[in-house]
Amino acid sequence: MDDRVILRVGAKILIPFILLFALYVQFHGDFGPGGGFQAGVIFAAGFILYALVFGLGAAKAVLPPIVAHTCAAIGVMVYAGTGVVTLLLGGNFLDYNVLAHNAEHGQEWGIFSVETGVLITVFGVMVAIFYAFAGRRRSEP
Amino acid sequence: MKILGLYNYWIVIGLMMIGFYTMISRGNLVKKLVGLSVFQTSVMILYISMGKILGGTAPILIEGRENVVYTNPIPSVLILTAIVVGVATLAVGLALVVRIKEAYGTIEEDEIHEQDDVM
Amino acid sequence: MSVVVDVALLAFLAVTAFAVMKQRNLFAVAMLSGIYSLLCAALYTMLDAVDVAFTEAAVGAGISTVLVLGTLALVGHEEKKPARPKVLPLFVVLVTGAVMVYGTLDMPPFGRADNPAHQHVAPRYIEKSGEETGVPNIVTSVLASYRGYDTMGETNVIFTALVGVLLLIATGERRRRLWSADERNGVVTEESSEPGEDGDG
Repeated sequence: MDDRVILRVGAKILIPFILLFALYVQFHGDFGPGGGFQAGVIFAAGFILYALVFGLGAAKAVLPPIVAHTCAAIGVMVYAGTGVVTLLLGGNFLDYNVLAHNAEHGQEWGIFSVETGVLITVFGVMVAIFYAFAGRRRSEP
Repeated sequence: MKILGLYNYWIVIGLMMIGFYTMISRGNLVKKLVGLSVFQTSVMILYISMGKILGGTAPILIEGRENVVYTNPIPSVLILTAIVVGVATLAVGLALVVRIKEAYGTIEEDEIHEQDDVM
Repeated sequence: MSVVVDVALLAFLAVTAFAVMKQRNLFAVAMLSGIYSLLCAALYTMLDAVDVAFTEAAVGAGISTVLVLGTLALVGHEEKKPARPKVLPLFVVLVTGAVMVYGTLDMPPFGRADNPAHQHVAPRYIEKSGEETGVPNIVTSVLASYRGYDTMGETNVIFTALVGVLLLIATGERRRRLWSADERNGVVTEESSEPGEDGDG
């Protein structure tokens, strides 16, 4: 469609930067504003922009809904799994001090892994909810 | 002087009441949900404004400087959770509205009640 | 200077909220709620809650607006004119507002460092967070480490919301009876496909 060239080209240029910015927000959440939730939403926004500009079918080909649903579940498992790992290593549930040789490094590893779990879950949930709403056909009145 | 400090809180209570009125007086289901989200956001402003310290800075530790006054981080943490829970509620609410529309053909509250009374 | 910005932002917020209430075109209401979220994000930045501002801008102005617009595409975007003036809701709202204003008269002054909210737990987090967790952002360390259980519950809440939405909207069933007006009146029809998935589950 000729009249949507600007949208398509603009989206193609912007989406990699959006995804990169999401990863930046995730990993710099320790040093500035940011963290798992914001990064997950921004990462999903990249995929939602792709779906809005190029169509739902193209977006579902890039990221099938089953992958989004699986990501949502895997993120929660990563978070709870960190707690189980600390249990197995001898501490309390989600007691990050036992994850490494000294307490401070253990805390950093623990915070890193739970924020990753949150990122994966929020990304999966936002994309899957968008697919559910956008994929619903209008019933004829 | 006390009134000036309270002005913030009163405006936010006004915002809350506008959202509350939208929720209970409008019959359209989507309008009710948007009113709920306005209400939630206004409550969060009230909460966050209770954590602010005048002359403080954002609660991110600054390297190498002592005796910096940081704003209270705890309301931020609680409101972060509240925002995410709010959007989760909105998503499920909107999904319910879609199903209600398909079942009743309308999303106006009084028309839905009429159809239920007829049945 | 920041007082001027605060007052201006609050005034804009009030105007936007009033417009959300009055406006009957629901697309405009969706856009106005996005504007409301962005103004709130600016206000949070003025109040030093930068993480909250970031999340409100991303979630409130991004995801919420997309969800409401997606719903409006399915349900229609004009609100019916209110039939009669609503006296009882107005009365309830005025009483609630008056009671809350009366409650704020007892609150400590805005922004003082010796308010009760800043005692007990908050100084401990601010002082000990750097050496115990090694993470400069105190909000992240409280969210992920000191209050990690709450964040796990919150992640579960988002996941449960997804499960709820999938159960309601994306059932993936192809052949089932459509609960339509005909059926409720007793005319039984078997639909070959329901207005549901057009792709896969």
